[in-house]
Formats: sequence, structure tokens, C-alpha cells
Amino acid sequence: MGWVLVATFPGILMLTWHFGWGVITNVVTAAGLAVGLEALMVRLRGRAPLVALRDNSALLSGVLLGISLPPGSAWWLILVGTVAAIVVAKHLFGGLGQNPFNPAMVGYALLLISFPVAMTQWLSPQGLFGPEALSLGDVLVRWAGLAEASSLDSMSGATPLDAFKHKPEAVMASEFWASDPLPAGSLAAWRSVALAWLAGGALLLYKRLITWHIPIAMLGAMLVLTTLLYAIDPSHYGSPLFHLLGGAALFGAFFIATDPVSAATSRKGKLYYGAAIGILVMLIRSAGAYPDAVAFAVLLMNFAVPFIDYYTQPRTYGHAAPQRGIRLDPIDDDQERLP
Amino acid sequence: MTDFFLILVSTALVNNFVLVQFLGLCPFMGVSNKLESAMGMAMATTFVLTLSSVASHLVYHGLLAPLNLEYLRIIAFIVVIAGVVQFTEMMVRKTSPLLHQVLGIFLPLITTNCAVLGVALLSLNRESTFMEATIYGFGAALGFSLVLVLFAAMRERIAVADVPRPFRGAAIAMITASLMSLAFMGFTGLVQV
Repeated sequence: MGWVLVATFPGILMLTWHFGWGVITNVVTAAGLAVGLEALMVRLRGRAPLVALRDNSALLSGVLLGISLPPGSAWWLILVGTVAAIVVAKHLFGGLGQNPFNPAMVGYALLLISFPVAMTQWLSPQGLFGPEALSLGDVLVRWAGLAEASSLDSMSGATPLDAFKHKPEAVMASEFWASDPLPAGSLAAWRSVALAWLAGGALLLYKRLITWHIPIAMLGAMLVLTTLLYAIDPSHYGSPLFHLLGGAALFGAFFIATDPVSAATSRKGKLYYGAAIGILVMLIRSAGAYPDAVAFAVLLMNFAVPFIDYYTQPRTYGHAAPQRGIRLDPIDDDQERLP
Repeated sequence: MTDFFLILVSTALVNNFVLVQFLGLCPFMGVSNKLESAMGMAMATTFVLTLSSVASHLVYHGLLAPLNLEYLRIIAFIVVIAGVVQFTEMMVRKTSPLLHQVLGIFLPLITTNCAVLGVALLSLNRESTFMEATIYGFGAALGFSLVLVLFAAMRERIAVADVPRPFRGAAIAMITASLMSLAFMGFTGLVQV
């Protein structure tokens, strides 16, 4: 997992460059809490904590959760998310390698449903040293939960996906963009962050930590769907570029959906799994209540993974393809037992 | 046509009877230990749900409403459901004895599946027409089947996982179901029906 952590660096640096110190406090808090909770849970189960921590899996879950949260989140928000991720989603199911759901996304989805206001307050991209940027001290005040609510509002803005989602029905997309709805530089900031995730993903592929099947299937499905929707009605649906480089699409495709434990295992299964995530993301983005849906789509497909795996097991060489489902014809059973 | 599709999506995903409305949890927990029996149960329940939704619609609008006996609807629906289940059981026993054996006691227990009565009553509440009631029942059954089959596949995997002892069995199944319910919250707002 060490190299996956390295691969997150470009993205984290780019996020920090655009959104300030809040990203660093998020990641450090979530990672620290995740490691602490992992040690506690392993200890409670009567095993050696230091051995369990050596694989860095808890650290990675914490870092991924910290990245997904809005920059400068309060410590209690991060704590709730990390407990859901490490304790409930990971250790109650038996720990590393046995969790059916992606821990970081369980934490994120739980927070998004429980604290919708805190989870949608993204800071506007003031940059790390910009004139209106928050200093490290300000960020720490927010982290401690001491900032006044009014100061939070003035600092935060909608993400591009969020703003586009709440565009009035009568307003055409071109008018919407011409009206300059976003904080200055927001779109460019999100695009450069997405490209940084792409760079990290390229490193993962180069180191062969992930295969191409899931990211390509997911992004491909999104590309096809957005192109279709954009071709049908460009005034109300975002362009393919807007959807692929906006929100968590690239981060999700390379870092979240490819989690080796909760993703499908066979190659064919990975293609189905990735494509279904892409379709669900676009379905919820364009018709649902949430502006972005990578977390929900990944969780929904995690839920379907055992079923996908069951039906996409590759044929073992020298054996016939297995028959699956309900066997209503007892003669089939007898034929299988013949030498 | 679009209306029917929206009802289907709404009942199967957005207002899924098991994970969002929490109806029909007994077979959801009881028959999800093995994928094969879950599939059989899913098919039997789909059949029963669709048929009983239609039948109770007919009974209500053809018999109870004209005679001003609306207050008898719960009893009448239960009788209708029991009849449909009995019919299904007889049919399954004749056409596929093996499936009958696999499903065992759970087949007659569909009678007590609260989702079946729930569909009949909820479809009544939204004042649906005959076709809408059919689609409503079928959509609810689709959602139930989808969730039941996926959950059964997942439980087979969890059964071999190293779950801490206090959480084994029903406890971890409930936690899994809750996380699935969390994921289904993502469908909120997809269709307003």
C-alpha cells in the first residue's frame, strides 16, 4: 500500500495548492485517527497491533477519507467518519481483506447523509498563499470547531458540479456559464486537481498495483453516457469534459473503485463492475438528488460484487464451464458426477 | 408508458421495499443464507407479489368499495394473499418438486411477508389504476428480488470471513443490511412519484 500512498501525493499537493491548509489538516487527522483505531481494534481482538499496522492499509483508508472531505473539516466530523470506516466497515467484518464495502466510502457516505451541511461546504479555491487565503491558524480554529458559523459561509462556495446541479430549469447551460456562477478559478482548480489524480493513477498502473479494467470501464461508461446526453440536450446536461474532470470521477476511478478487497476479482467481472459504477454515477449526477455520486455508486457495486464474482469465475482449464443458479433438473447433477 | 417506467424505478430502487421502507425483512434475513434458495424465493415472491397486488386491487374496487366494506380491506387482502400463496405452492410442487424442497417452509411463509400486504395497502393509498397497481406490485417484487439475491451472495462471502465472535450470524447480517441501506440512499430524488 506504500506506493498507493505515494500515488496520492500529486493529488494532495494540488488540492493543498488550490484549497489551502485545510486539506493537510484533514488528511493528517483522518490518517492519525485511522491508524489509532486500527491499533485499538486489532488489540481488542487479541492480536499484535504493530504487525497489523505494517501493511499501511488503515493509513491509506484514512488518507483517502481525508481527501474526500471538504477542506478544513472539524475534528469531530473526521472522527465520526473514521470510526464508521475503520471500526464498522472494516473490523466488524474481520479486518483487512474481508471487508465487503470500501471503508473510506462507507465513512464518506455516512457523513454525507448525517451532516449534509458540513459536508457540502467546500472552501472556494483561494490558494495556499492568496490574499484571501486562510492561514494555518484560521484552519486550526475551524478544525477545533471554534469558527463562527457566519465566517464559514463567506468562505465556502459550491463546487462546479453542485452549482450546475442547482441551475434553474429555464436557464440554458451557455447562459449559466456566462453568468459566472462559481468563485474565481474554481473550474480551473478542479480540473488541475483531477489531472493530478490522473497522474497518480498512471503511477498505480505503471507499478501494476491496479489493472486498467476498472478505471477504463468506469470512465468509458461515463464518457459514452455524457456524450449521448450532451448530444441530445446540450443546454441541460454538462459536457463530457465537465463530467470527467469535475468532482471525484478520476479520483474515484483510480483510487476508490480499484480497492482490491471490495472490487470484483476476475477481469470480466472488473469490466462489469467499473462500467456499472460509471453508469450509476451518471444516473445519480444527472437525475438524482446528489451532485456527485462516486461514493454511492462504489458502495452499490460493492454490494453486487459477490454476485458478479459468482457469475464471472473464469473457466478452469480442462473443466467445463460451471452451471450456476438454481438447478431444477436433477439429471444435470448426475451427468456431472460421471467420470 | 413513461409513468409506468417511473413507477418501476421508484418501487424497485428509490423506495425499495426492503432497504428504504424496511418491509419484508423476515424473508430478507431468513432465506438469504444460500444463493440458490434466495433465487427460488425471489422468483416465488415476485410471482406472489405481482399477482396479489392485482388480485387485491380487483377485490377492493370490485367487491369492497361497491358494498361500502372498505374497513374490511386488511382481512380481505390477507385472505387474497393466502389464496395466491397456496396457488403458488401447489404450482411449484407440481412443476418443480426440487425447488419445492429447496424452499420448504419459506413458501407458505410468503403469506406473512409484510411486504406483500404492504404493497397491496400502499398501492391502495396512492389510488392507482389497475395497470399502475400491477406495475407497482411487479416493481416492488423486482426490488425485493434484486436485494435478496445480492444480499445472499454477500452473506455466503461473510460466512467464511473472520468476523469477531460477538458479531457472527445475525448481527453482522444486520450491519451489512444497514450499510446496503446507506448505499441505497444515493438513489434519493431520482424520481418523484
